[in-house]
Amino acid sequence: MQTSRTPFYALILLLLVVGLGMTWLRHKSHDVPWLPGEKRQVWSIEAKVDFVARGEPVKVSLAIPDTQTRFERIAEYSASPGYGLEFVEQNGERRAEWSIRNATGLQTLYYRLDMLVDDSLKVSDTAPPLEVASALYDDTPHATSALHMLSSALERSADNFTLARELIREFNVQSQSASFLAQRQPRSRWMKQLLHYAQVPAREVKVLTLEDGRRRQSLQTYLQVFQEGQYQLFDPKSGRSGLSSNQLLWEYRSGSLLDLVGGSRSDVSFSIIDQEVPVSQGLDKSEQQFSFLDFSIHSLPVEEQALFKGILLVPVGVLVVVFMRVLIGLRTSGTFMPVLIAIAFIQTSLVTGLSGFILIVGVGLVIRSYLSHLNLLLVARISAVIISVIAMVSLFAVIAYELGLSEGLKLTLFPMVILSWTIERMSILWEEEGSREVFVQGGGSLLVALVAYLIMTNEVVRHLTFNFMGLQFVFMALVLMLGSYTGYRLLELRRFSVLGKGDSDKGEH
Amino acid sequence: MFGLLREIRDLRRRGVLGMNRRNIAYISRYNERRLFPLVDNKLTTKQLAIDAGVSVPELIGVIENQHDASSADELLRERASFCLKPSKGSGGKGILVIRRGDDGKYLRSNGLAMSSADLRRHISNILAGLFSLGGAPDQVLIEALLECDPALAKYSHEGVPDLRLILFRGVPVMAMIRLACAASNGKANLHQGAVGVGIAIRDGVAVHAVQNDVRVTHHPDTGLDLGELFIPQWQEMLELGCNCADMTGLGYLGVDLVLDKNLGPALLELNARPGLSIQIANGAGLLPRLRSVEAIRNPARMSVAERVAFAQAQF
Repeated sequence: MQTSRTPFYALILLLLVVGLGMTWLRHKSHDVPWLPGEKRQVWSIEAKVDFVARGEPVKVSLAIPDTQTRFERIAEYSASPGYGLEFVEQNGERRAEWSIRNATGLQTLYYRLDMLVDDSLKVSDTAPPLEVASALYDDTPHATSALHMLSSALERSADNFTLARELIREFNVQSQSASFLAQRQPRSRWMKQLLHYAQVPAREVKVLTLEDGRRRQSLQTYLQVFQEGQYQLFDPKSGRSGLSSNQLLWEYRSGSLLDLVGGSRSDVSFSIIDQEVPVSQGLDKSEQQFSFLDFSIHSLPVEEQALFKGILLVPVGVLVVVFMRVLIGLRTSGTFMPVLIAIAFIQTSLVTGLSGFILIVGVGLVIRSYLSHLNLLLVARISAVIISVIAMVSLFAVIAYELGLSEGLKLTLFPMVILSWTIERMSILWEEEGSREVFVQGGGSLLVALVAYLIMTNEVVRHLTFNFMGLQFVFMALVLMLGSYTGYRLLELRRFSVLGKGDSDKGEH
Repeated sequence: MFGLLREIRDLRRRGVLGMNRRNIAYISRYNERRLFPLVDNKLTTKQLAIDAGVSVPELIGVIENQHDASSADELLRERASFCLKPSKGSGGKGILVIRRGDDGKYLRSNGLAMSSADLRRHISNILAGLFSLGGAPDQVLIEALLECDPALAKYSHEGVPDLRLILFRGVPVMAMIRLACAASNGKANLHQGAVGVGIAIRDGVAVHAVQNDVRVTHHPDTGLDLGELFIPQWQEMLELGCNCADMTGLGYLGVDLVLDKNLGPALLELNARPGLSIQIANGAGLLPRLRSVEAIRNPARMSVAERVAFAQAQF
């Protein structure tokens, strides 16, 4: 006890007071609810338009969505330094139009939209006029083949919706004809034209799948088919119909997504984030709605926010590791490896991640045991393991894809170098201490990763860490407290239990 | 829940030192970071010991790079027995004990034959850092094999039994001897199944013995009564331990000693983060002893004899 511990405890106290104070303040003054249930769901969607300007006047026109069934547009913003901006409406379609007299080099324009989820909201949509596609009246082999498909589908259908469904099935069954047709124009375009030919109003729409924390999402083309004032959406690939609750129509007036004059190599990508907005806030559509941003992550662009939503969860995972090691006494291979595995699990989904991890480490150990016979130098050996791991991941991804399991592709999200070190460490452990120790440490790592994953994916935890920055100070205080804990670890109680019991009356006073 | 609390209370009462407290209250407080390399590198330790006049096993040679691995055969031609060690190894990893058989072949301590190629592979692995902390490139130490005093050798199934002393601020506070047995494959690590026998600091006589954390009274292989075990030249062993603490300057230190037939007490290796199983072998907690040493005003000013006398009177 040479140095006083008082400043240390004062620091912990300060962190706790500041952290809890900030958290409470944010709840009070900004009306952010404690629990995710007490909010209205608002999706913030950011479209990022990238292009290279040629040094001449530039005009950019981006299709933007309006209030639609289930989604109410409550706010929109755009960031585009130097550009003039106007929201225009033509043929019932909303577009954002940027313009500038002169621009050179890489340009980035942002358009951000807040959509309030309202399940009771219904916006009726009118059917598009039937267009005559001249291509179908040609006497080309394409037209013949397409009309043949239509007639087969017509036979098996009863109404507009079933016709669309059967047509998609026809395209999937007759894959040769379908790929022949695809040389000319995309499948969805053919389907739209065929439906119009059969007097069924339909159009291609661009759909965005809303998923919290996604970056660089792109649009998918769906088929919208009308029948007596109602419509349904069809996925032209799978034939799945209906709009799921997290699909937003981005462009649905048969226009183009992006028109660009004066530039090239344009690209539109979308970032999405699930904002938790209190009931009072969500309904209040006035201009002060984003005053609650203040000093917080929420003032960043959506793409960065989505990134931070993940980063802010890392302290929670780290806290789990500290807790498990200091209080429980679990042994893990590599101190913070479990957190990285947990983060990978979040990206891959649990079952894929878990089986992928076991598969890669298992096969990796076999490969490593062969490498150990080659008498390689350490750095070369690890490098060989890294390359093998990458080869394995690629192989598994290809196999999974061929089997129709898109989940397998997500394995690439594992941190390869860390996996390789894990394999190396476990392999040495195996040689030195036997398989038991490998399972103890491997199991310990997985257990910690699992607990970290479960906590990090918890709705309440995600809500709290993202909305209350003050909690980070609280985490810091907790880590400091745990770091100075001198008591027994839980597993030590078992290890030393022979010492606690027995002839205690003989011992020291 | 209450069972857990009772367990904690029991351990507290017995003064059992836990990992967290060891790290915070003893290792990080009494062991300066800059002194760690002295004990983490066995070559440095050896040099230090020789300078301080502490007896150590004879150093036959050091192999520093892959190129010299092939010269090992030449170096070892004259030797009937020897021991290979990674200089930066920990926890006994990578240590190879070799005797030469009648036909000139290398025999490991567990009786398995080893070819020259096997030996070279092991040397190469050590050099590559397979056994060192953090995988850093390493050196190979080749040492003469110690011959254990027959009074102790009879208790060990294979391998040389070594004595572990914990020294706190230069005062020996607890001791145990580790006996290899068939279940531990000739290794002297407690978690691998070796027998740990707690030794009284007062007189060097066995007080308690465990195998796999369970109390035992007789050696599982030789059947000898462990209660009769005592360490010859006990006074010298304690003094040697004190000297080791003085030469490193580490406040909380584990010292591994061997009693050699010819050399007498000799230093095997030092450890700046000694494990806690010594408490299980002794059936007693370390904390009361550490606290009574902490109560001494200035142990650094005490002579070795005074510290040994203090320890023998107390523990």
